[in-house]
Order: sequence, then C-alpha cells, then structure tokens
Amino acid sequence: MDAMLSLSHVSFSYHTLDGETLALHDVSFSVGFGEFAAIVGPSGCGKSTLLSLICGLIRPESGEIKLGGGQTDGSSAGIGYMLQRDHLFEWRTVYDNVLLGLEIQKKLTPENRSRVERMLETYGLSAFAKRKPSALSGGMKQRAALIRTLALDPELLLLDEPFSALDYQTRLEVADDIGMIIRREGKTAVLVTHDLSEAISMADRVIVLSKRPGHVKSIIPISFPAAYDTPLKKRNAEEFSHYFNLIWKELKQYG
Amino acid sequence: MDKISAAQQKYLRDQNSHHKKIFFLRFLLLILLLAVWEGASRAGLINSFIFSSPSRIVLTAWQMMADGSLWIHLSVTLGETLASFFAVTLFGLMAAVLLWLFPAVSEVVEPYLVMLNSLPKSALAPLLIVWLGNNVRTVIVAAVSVAVFGSIITLHTGFREIDSDKIKLIYSLGGSKKDVMFKVIVPGSIPMIISNMKVNVGLCLVGVIIGEFLSAKAGLGYLIIYSSQTFRMDWMLMSIVILCLLSVALYQGIRILEKKFG
Repeated sequence: MDAMLSLSHVSFSYHTLDGETLALHDVSFSVGFGEFAAIVGPSGCGKSTLLSLICGLIRPESGEIKLGGGQTDGSSAGIGYMLQRDHLFEWRTVYDNVLLGLEIQKKLTPENRSRVERMLETYGLSAFAKRKPSALSGGMKQRAALIRTLALDPELLLLDEPFSALDYQTRLEVADDIGMIIRREGKTAVLVTHDLSEAISMADRVIVLSKRPGHVKSIIPISFPAAYDTPLKKRNAEEFSHYFNLIWKELKQYG
Repeated sequence: MDKISAAQQKYLRDQNSHHKKIFFLRFLLLILLLAVWEGASRAGLINSFIFSSPSRIVLTAWQMMADGSLWIHLSVTLGETLASFFAVTLFGLMAAVLLWLFPAVSEVVEPYLVMLNSLPKSALAPLLIVWLGNNVRTVIVAAVSVAVFGSIITLHTGFREIDSDKIKLIYSLGGSKKDVMFKVIVPGSIPMIISNMKVNVGLCLVGVIIGEFLSAKAGLGYLIIYSSQTFRMDWMLMSIVILCLLSVALYQGIRILEKKFG
C-alpha cells in the first residue's frame, strides 16, 4: 500500500555557536491514507522538529520525507499545521481568521467561502463569525483554529500538542470534538503530544520516540471494540489501561 | 441588568465623587498658582516686568490674536510640527519594515542607527542651517532628525518581538515573507506603532522649537527667542503657555487615534 506520508532515515541537528545538537536520528515510519498517528516521547525528543520537517518549514540533513508518493518540496501545499495555541488574530473577526489561509493562497472563491461557512455552521461557530476571537471560549478558539487549517482542504493534518494550552476539562472535550471532526472529514493526521492518554484515545497507532536524539523506539497499533467510538469513550475501555501501561513501560525503559 | 444592588450603587457613587474631587483639586491648584503669581506681581513682591503676570499674558494674547500675529506664529509651529511628525511616522515605518524584511541590512546599519539616535540633535541644527539655509525646510529636517532614529529602532525592535509561532503559522499556510509582514507584523504592531507616535509628536515639537530658535522668521520658538532678545517677557511667557496647550492638544489627538484603532 502506498503511504500518505513516509519518512526514511531522517536526521536533523540544530546548530549554534556552542555546538551542534542532534535532535532526530535515523527516524523512519509511515502513515497510511486516513490514518491517525500519534507521536509520543519525553520532552525535548524532537517531536515538534519532526512536524516542522514534515511540513517543509525546515529540511532534513539526511534521509527523505515522502508525501502521498512525492517528495516534500519545501512548500506546504496539502499539509495543514495546527500549533499549540490557536493564534487567532485579535485584529480580525473569527470569520476573517478562518479565511486567513485561503486569503494567503489567493483561493477566496465563493465555493471555498461557502465551504468554510458550512464548517462554522456545523461546528457551532457561525453565531460568532463576526465577533473577535476574545469572545470565544478556549475550546471554541481551538475549533476555529482547526477550521482555519481545514479551510485549505489539506490531505494531511499535523497537530502539535494542540490541546496543551487548555484546562483539563476543556481539553478532554476539545480532543473529543477535534478527533471526531478529523475522522468525519476523512483526513490523515499526525498528532504530537506528551499526554499518553490523549495519544491512545485519539490515534490508530502510537509512535514512541526515545529521548534526544529522538528515534523511533516502537510503534504500537491501537484498536478498540467498535462500541468505543469516541476519544472520551475509549478512555473507559478496558484496553485503555493496557495500552497506557505498555507505552509507559516503553518510555521508561530509556529513562 | 435592570436592578443595581445597593452596594454597587454606593461603589459607583464613591467612584463618581472621587473623580469629581480629583478634578476639583486639579482645578484648584491651577487657580492657586495663577492667583499667587498675579497677587505677587501686583503687590510688587516680584518684578512684573521680568516675571510678567497671568493678566498681562492674557492681555498680550488678546492683542496678538486681534492683530492676527499670534495665529501666524501658532500656525507656523503647528504646521512644521505636523509635517515633521508625518514624515517621521512614514519614514520610521518604512525603514523599520525594510530592516525587518532584510535582516542582513539591519545587522550592518544597527551601530550607525544607535549612534545617530544617541547623538544630541541640537548639535546638528547649525550644520543644517549651513546646508539647507535659513528657512522652514531646515526647521522640519531638524525636527525629523530628533525623532526619526529612535522611531526606527523602537518600531524594528517591536516587529522582532512578535510571537514567532504566529510567523510559523503564516509559513505553514503557505505564506511568504511579505504575508508575514503585512498579515501579522504590521497589524499586530498597531498599538506599539501608536504609542511610538505619541513619543514622536512630543519629540517633533522639541525639534521644531530648536529649529525655530536657530533659523526661523516666524513660529512660537522664533517668538520666544525674539522676545528674549528684546526683553518682552509677556510675549515669551505667553508663547510658553501656548506651547503647553499645543503639546496637550497634539497628545490628545493621538489619544483619539488610539481609541479608534488601538
């Protein structure tokens, strides 16, 4: 099967005057079409660097990253990147915020506009379209940020700890929300997180990275009985604690 | 909310009376100062020829308004200040944008900017007279030179402090450096730009007065120098009072702008 995204032997170092820091070492994995992969690892293991590489914001020092069969060319077409905080611009309305990507790529066609308006409607934000982001709750802001990302209709979504700035309760709700939205829109997604429960409840596969220099320690497929169909429900499944302990052990072995 | 609780009403009343009290005391202070000044000069405690008095200042202002000369001096100073202020704002913004777009250039010119910024600009004024002549242009250039370097440095520093994740967001949406500049940096810096304008308008007025001291045929700065040379202290103190009012008016103008866009 052809993968949506495949990394083979990717390495990356940061250079400063004080020396060189190897952030990622020989990272290889692939993500299939429509699959939801989560990357977990200790802090500083290069998780966010990995997303910047996939997005094409920085280039690997060695190895290659293939996207939907082709190689990343440094542009980020077809990839949506969701950052830790929503970064909605306070000087724009919610509506103008979600149109930002289309505006930049000069794709403000009537069809795209109405698609975005439909998404605002579906995900409960249309009443706030003309308001400023400060009028939204934390969860709504994150949903608006997701719509901004989805507006460009990316095939691959990169999520860089998108819930870490939210309080615990909102975080569970938003993870549930966003997990459902991504599945419903049929997107391939790569989620980076340090929250094991989040990874297990949302992903089809969990990729465990070692501490720096990060490389793939193990890849654990996750599957739940069909009844547990949302991230929130999965947290109550018996398998959940089994996966949790498994990944916890994997992470701890390296200390 | 149709009903306000008694405690809230009391709080609002207290706040209101507090504001009134402050306003009253401010006003009282002004009246007191003017009364002491006026009284002392009438009683002969201070020499009214040298120290003037509020009534003489008002009389002088009245006479100069009547013969129109006050309006000429005021409009010259105001015009020069506004012209230099717009030049500083425009040029400062453009330079800061270019420095941000070309970091290598900004690295090269940084020490020169810092040096020009800390140079006492009054030292340049005599040079400008020789180069540009004894005219309004010299006054405006002198005023621009007072404010522009600090403005460039402040704006450029502000641009660089914009959250790098917001910049990353634009790149991840496929944007260019130009998109970063005009969709994040500039709109995100509006409050900073306006507060810089507040500083600039004050500095431009300083520059205009320095310029008028040295090379002018009209304006409040010219009036101050002229009256000092001819020993007409009523004129001089009146000019200073009007300068105070002018600077307050200019500052309030920017405050209005701030309320609208800030």
